[in-house]
Amino acid sequence: MKRYFPFVIVALVALLVVGGGAMLYRAKRPPVLTMSKDTTSAKENDSGHIRGNPKAAVTLEEFGDYECPPCGKVSGPIKKLEEEYGDKLRVIFHHYPLIVHQHARDAAQAAEAAGLQGHFWEMHDLLYREQAVWTKTPGVRELFNSYAGLIGLDLERFKRDIDGSQVKARIEADQNEAKKVGVTATPTVFINNRAVSTATEDPAKPLRAAIDEALKAPKIDNS
Amino acid sequence: MVTQSQPRIRVILYGIAAAAAAVGLAEATYLTVLFLTGETAVCGGSPDCFQVLGSSYSKIKGIPVSAFGAIAYFSAFSCATFAAFGYIRARKFFALAVWAMFAATLWFLYVQAFLLHAYCRYCLFSAALIFLLAGIVVASPASE
Repeated sequence: MKRYFPFVIVALVALLVVGGGAMLYRAKRPPVLTMSKDTTSAKENDSGHIRGNPKAAVTLEEFGDYECPPCGKVSGPIKKLEEEYGDKLRVIFHHYPLIVHQHARDAAQAAEAAGLQGHFWEMHDLLYREQAVWTKTPGVRELFNSYAGLIGLDLERFKRDIDGSQVKARIEADQNEAKKVGVTATPTVFINNRAVSTATEDPAKPLRAAIDEALKAPKIDNS
Repeated sequence: MVTQSQPRIRVILYGIAAAAAAVGLAEATYLTVLFLTGETAVCGGSPDCFQVLGSSYSKIKGIPVSAFGAIAYFSAFSCATFAAFGYIRARKFFALAVWAMFAATLWFLYVQAFLLHAYCRYCLFSAALIFLLAGIVVASPASE
């Protein structure tokens, strides 16, 4: 009888691994998110920054965190897609700073403070481009001040606004929006209200495919 | 007869080896699932972890290295279990599997230290387990 013990143990462990792996996969598989049209029209007033043609046929909407490395990885491809598709594509950005990231909220506030002076997207691009630098710097606020100077902001106003209630309210509105839609991770990217996974080697690929598909589909009124 | 009675110390050592390999198997399976669900990219918010597990060194022809790790750990676990029950040949296969894993571990430590300049905590834990397994191979009494 003892001779069969190792076979039984090995078979049991194999079953456990396959079964456990399958259960974990089912639990961790990201849900297919979609946004209702009502949500879209509401958020354009309350939260989210828009870049590109407001009447574009395709809307790429990102819920992002400036400190999240995958968000940084996807920002370059999104920028390229904006250039590639021109007037056919507009981009909306929502803040979703994760608690695990020490400076993510500060960065979101810096972007919003820049937004109050009409330079949201300049700061947005700069924060993603310089992500590797500021995420490892202890005096992150000073660095953000230098970024503000770099893009020509009124520094004194920027310093006041970064902790202002208007900035905080806007970030909270974005986070509420994320909750409403079911966003739990960053980056979560929607193309015409349908979530597209960017967790691939080349995030531009699935995004381009979704944009092309959206362009072929019957026209959706984004206004 | 493939089995023989063996010293108690050997049973204990192979028992520990089987347990360590089972832990490694669980970890490698977890990382494979993370890869399949796209969560490797998130990596619990750790930039270093993302840099390692999201790098081109983390997969071979699109297959995550963790999947190969799971197979290796399962082989080591099976061999250690059989060896603990006195299967003589299993000891040789266990040693072979462990040395192959040891070589792979050295390569991945080199990649993390000198090519990526970032360490992934999962990979370091796995390296520690493999060092333990290698220690057991060295420490286990030679065949009679």
